[in-house]
Amino acid sequence: MKHKTFLWFVLPSSLAMLLFIFFPLISILVQSVYVAHDQVIVTVENCGPFGCTETTMIDQGATEALRREQPLGRFAGVETYLDRGHLAVTEVGRAWDAAQGWRDFGARMLNLPFYKAIFFTLAYTFVVTPLTIVLGFMIAVAVNGAARAIRGPLIFFSLLPMIVTPLVGSLILFWMIDARGIIGSALQEIAGDPSLSVKASTPLMWIMLMVYGVWHASPFAFIVYYAGLQTVNKDTLESAMIDGATRWQRILYVVLPHLLPLTTFIALIQLMDNFRIFEPIVSFAASAHATSLSWAIYNDLGGETRQLSSAAATSVLTVLGVAILLSPVLVRTWRDFGRR
Amino acid sequence: MSIKAQQKPLTLKLFIIGFLTLWMVLAAFPFIWTLWGSFKVEGDFFSKADWAWAMTGRLTKVETGGHFTGQGYQGAWIQEEFWRAAVNSTLVCLFVVTISLTFGTLGGYALSRSTYRYAFWFLIIALIFRALPPITLVSGYLPVFFQFNLWGHLSTAIIVLVAINQPFTLWMLHSFFKNIPKDLDESAMVDGCTRFQAFRHVIIPVMWPGVITTGLFSFLLAYNDFAVTAMILSKENQTMVPKIASFLGTTQTKGNVMFAVASVVSVTAPLFVMIMVFQRQIVSGLTAGAVKG
Repeated sequence: MKHKTFLWFVLPSSLAMLLFIFFPLISILVQSVYVAHDQVIVTVENCGPFGCTETTMIDQGATEALRREQPLGRFAGVETYLDRGHLAVTEVGRAWDAAQGWRDFGARMLNLPFYKAIFFTLAYTFVVTPLTIVLGFMIAVAVNGAARAIRGPLIFFSLLPMIVTPLVGSLILFWMIDARGIIGSALQEIAGDPSLSVKASTPLMWIMLMVYGVWHASPFAFIVYYAGLQTVNKDTLESAMIDGATRWQRILYVVLPHLLPLTTFIALIQLMDNFRIFEPIVSFAASAHATSLSWAIYNDLGGETRQLSSAAATSVLTVLGVAILLSPVLVRTWRDFGRR
Repeated sequence: MSIKAQQKPLTLKLFIIGFLTLWMVLAAFPFIWTLWGSFKVEGDFFSKADWAWAMTGRLTKVETGGHFTGQGYQGAWIQEEFWRAAVNSTLVCLFVVTISLTFGTLGGYALSRSTYRYAFWFLIIALIFRALPPITLVSGYLPVFFQFNLWGHLSTAIIVLVAINQPFTLWMLHSFFKNIPKDLDESAMVDGCTRFQAFRHVIIPVMWPGVITTGLFSFLLAYNDFAVTAMILSKENQTMVPKIASFLGTTQTKGNVMFAVASVVSVTAPLFVMIMVFQRQIVSGLTAGAVKG
């Protein structure tokens, strides 16, 4: 295809991506190094018959003028990155000095919002991704072993948790684990503790969020593996059987190697998706127990005062996190490409 | 395939049946439970006394006189004007799907036919964009949208969702177009068509299966989005998902959590129908990326 034709064909979508993905990236970079102007405060001397008093007041006009003149705000450099809401350099240093042992240091770090968010995000990503893959594989093998006639309905119901809006799916689960809901009452029954509430307990909340994550994502792994299972080489399976391989050995030495490339694909997609975990935290109202990077940005942007530079700094750090997660894939592609 | 050696031992069979039943319950029960409960009053769905009341609807009988009540739906759709959100959602989905498919087919076709290196890098950059959480971009939009008075309009949300959709759409359509033989459009060009004419008269008639599948996923992205729509739409332009989230903030305290339950069921119902009709396309779409690497 000629360069010029190519350009015309990709123009609309590249323009959309340039304007609404690439420029915003630049925009968050710029915003994160500026902070909003402080209000201009003037001291006015009021002199009356009983002497002079000094009052300080906000000079609305001057503030407005300053904001209009420099709409981005005051240049702050990396100040926002280092403050308590983000990398919290001073606080970490203090915690390091004061901490007695690693456990104590860890506990102190979790009091800092950014570290709390990144810790949960990473824990969620690296717990949910492998569990999703394992559960998805098990469902795929089971469905593949089921009678052909019932496979359609099986796939239909399996797709539900994935297709349903994450916010809605997690709400449905949240209502069931409510202390007055069916799972919540069942948990109370099992634990023998009528005051047990998932909402009040940090470990239980973490577990429920991760359970939701696996529930939501494993249908994807299932579908991909199921499609992979249809293409397993029947001859290889049969010769393995003739050679005396047990059922388990056949799965281990024939089926699994065949599915390995699919596993890389699923893991890549799942890492990207789990890293952005956000909606369940809103639905579960879990922010007291668990926050994620995306939730931190949402929280900064919402509410009465939009803290744009704080949100921008968290966004930049999140993008860096995504880049680190993706780097193995990118490096591999780079190498493959060089070989061609 | 009924060779004796391939038959499963009984214990394994039982295990598979048990496991599948368990998974079916896990996957489907929450939805059935919520659908059933949405026709009860709050005292039954969140029963302090006995969880079984949600099944039998004891308080519903006491309060309304019937075993089922449409109060939740009435409150959500009429009193809280959920219908407005439904209209907005329909508009957003319709336009997002149409525009992103138009952009995507053009781009995906070009990417599948170009043999130069930049096409490859274009796709890699799209992959990186696909990995970015949408909410990180939102903080980049807000100041600009405020300044140019773009904030709050449906059209802004539509174009933003189209852009966020593009990387995925391009990847998917790229792999579909790769499967359409090159000879097809090249022979048309030998006959004197320009590249665009070849695309128009030869490729468009055969591309629909791929386009429908991709369209389903674009629809899902627009329909399910919360991060973007919650942040850049004003209150009266809200789509359904942020509207539900706003129920949680305000009405839960008023004891009208049933509005949220009813609207959750309302949002899920179209997705149910969609899976039923398009199950095969969804499955093929999910595997398209994987099988081709």
